[in-house]
Amino acid sequence: MGKIQLTKVRKAFGEVDVIPGIDLTIEDGEFVVFVGPSGCGKSTLLRLIAGLEDTTSGTIEIDGKDATNLPPAKRGLAMVFQSYALYPHMTVRKNIAFPLKMAGMDQAEQDRRVERAAKVLNLSNYLDRRPGQLSGGQRQRVAIGRAIVREPAAFLFDEPLSNLDAALRVGMRQEISELHQSLKTTMIYVTHDQVEAMTMADKIVVLNAGRIEQVGAPLELYNYPRNLFVAGFIGSPKMNFIEGAEAAKHDAHTIGVRPEHIAVGDGPWEGVVGLSEHLGSDSFLKVAVEGIGTLTVRAPGEVNAHHGDRIRLAPAGKIHRFNTNGMAL
Amino acid sequence: MSTHSSRLAARMMVAPSVVLLLIWMIVPLAMTLYYSFRLYRLLSPDRTGWVGFNNYLWFFNSPDFWLALFNTLALVGGVLVITVVLGILIALLIDQPVKGQGFLRILVIAPFFVMPPVAASIWENLFMHPQNGLFSAIARGFGAQPILFLEQYPMLSVIGIVSWEWLPFATLILLTALQSLSSEQLEAAEMDGASAFARFRYIILPHMTRAITVVILIQTIFLLGIFGEIFTTTQGGPGSASTTLPYMIFKQAIAAKDIGRAAAGGIIAVILANIVAYFLMRGLGRNLEN
Repeated sequence: MGKIQLTKVRKAFGEVDVIPGIDLTIEDGEFVVFVGPSGCGKSTLLRLIAGLEDTTSGTIEIDGKDATNLPPAKRGLAMVFQSYALYPHMTVRKNIAFPLKMAGMDQAEQDRRVERAAKVLNLSNYLDRRPGQLSGGQRQRVAIGRAIVREPAAFLFDEPLSNLDAALRVGMRQEISELHQSLKTTMIYVTHDQVEAMTMADKIVVLNAGRIEQVGAPLELYNYPRNLFVAGFIGSPKMNFIEGAEAAKHDAHTIGVRPEHIAVGDGPWEGVVGLSEHLGSDSFLKVAVEGIGTLTVRAPGEVNAHHGDRIRLAPAGKIHRFNTNGMAL
Repeated sequence: MSTHSSRLAARMMVAPSVVLLLIWMIVPLAMTLYYSFRLYRLLSPDRTGWVGFNNYLWFFNSPDFWLALFNTLALVGGVLVITVVLGILIALLIDQPVKGQGFLRILVIAPFFVMPPVAASIWENLFMHPQNGLFSAIARGFGAQPILFLEQYPMLSVIGIVSWEWLPFATLILLTALQSLSSEQLEAAEMDGASAFARFRYIILPHMTRAITVVILIQTIFLLGIFGEIFTTTQGGPGSASTTLPYMIFKQAIAAKDIGRAAAGGIIAVILANIVAYFLMRGLGRNLEN
């Protein structure tokens, strides 16, 4: 009911190819996250699927039907915008009912659906307020409510949590995941935050400069990054890359070691601690190692190393190997 | 600005301008009120004295007065309807991305810089003139008799001229309102299945209500006192067909040289303006609140 297939989708703004050509299949009921640095074309790709931008070439199929030239309303998709885009002069009830009213649905059915959506999203007490009288999280929920009443084939989320504070973001993240569990509708979610991508996605699409770098399940991307970009983008803190003689020992141009895969204690690498951040559960250390460079180390919380200490390190986990083109070996 | 002393200081600082403005307003108003109850004719300056409400009664008994009152309101109402409706349409049009957008906007705003008597002269002589006017040329081109605008439809002609002058103002205010509408709201409405008309009706128009209110309030203030356009074109005629309240006051003061009656007319105009303001604020005031 919500399968979306992109074939050679290309988008150019004037001379600039924002998306040079993308092939992607999104299965029905999947939670797909588009992730990438800002300007990588992830929002443009979402807007192409929504129909808010015209494709320059290529086809978009929704449920096996060609939707490339359909207007947004005819595609059966619902979108939640970064700014929520609520209608400020309408009450919450009217905001949520707006798509139903536009579809010409009778009043009784409209009321029934609005009440149901409000109950799911804990908005029942706020139906007669205006968006201006709501908190950020409540506004976010109204925007989601406006999307779910239409019972769309798929939901599109454009960085929906970026305007919320950190605590609320974690809460809303879980709510959206739960919503996906209960609705089982296809969801496409755009974010630049790899934590959101890792925690929510069934499938992550990593984008860079309009190209797909890798598609896969979160742990697949974490364990088997296809190239340097994905290796550096997925995982926090960032993976350490080592070139030169140390890499040559492993028969590679570059090797990558995740901070959590380096053990403090005895080992072949010796260095001086530059910065140390003690979070309690973990300690993040920046260690300047001779002949290698600065390595980020995620040590257990009890490791007590401070600025200026000399420590020894050992790789204790998978070492990722990359060739001269940055592709994984 | 929250401590006791800073509030006091602020009041002291503001006081001179408040006092000045109060005097500025109170003195002319009091003098007008005083003269409106006096016999004061410039042609017979030796005859003076209190006349009670005679000056006011002269206005209320004059057959021209009720016509002038109607004309004043018709002018305000007519121009408001034309400028707001056309202003919205033009604002929607020039908000579209086209080549030469900046130049186009200057063209649209240009009429506002033409001073009222000049604008009225241009319309009278270049457009509405029965021999030389563009409109009569067009009418003759179709083999029709030229319309004698200022003779046959004097009030409508004046409304047309004043609308032309004020349309840029309305358009400009409404255009800025239109530009402040977030494009995501329109896109959301598009996703929600709203047609172009529905987007205008449910998203754009409600967004513009505050700007429309501002246009109506500001224009009403200025339109109640319209004088130059009438003086330049119809002179209030033919007969009294296009006489408005300000023009009638002018005729009493300058043509008849009766300061007492003119002052009474002025007070009536002040009362009329306050009645209009009361109904406007009652009807539209809540649009200005958040």
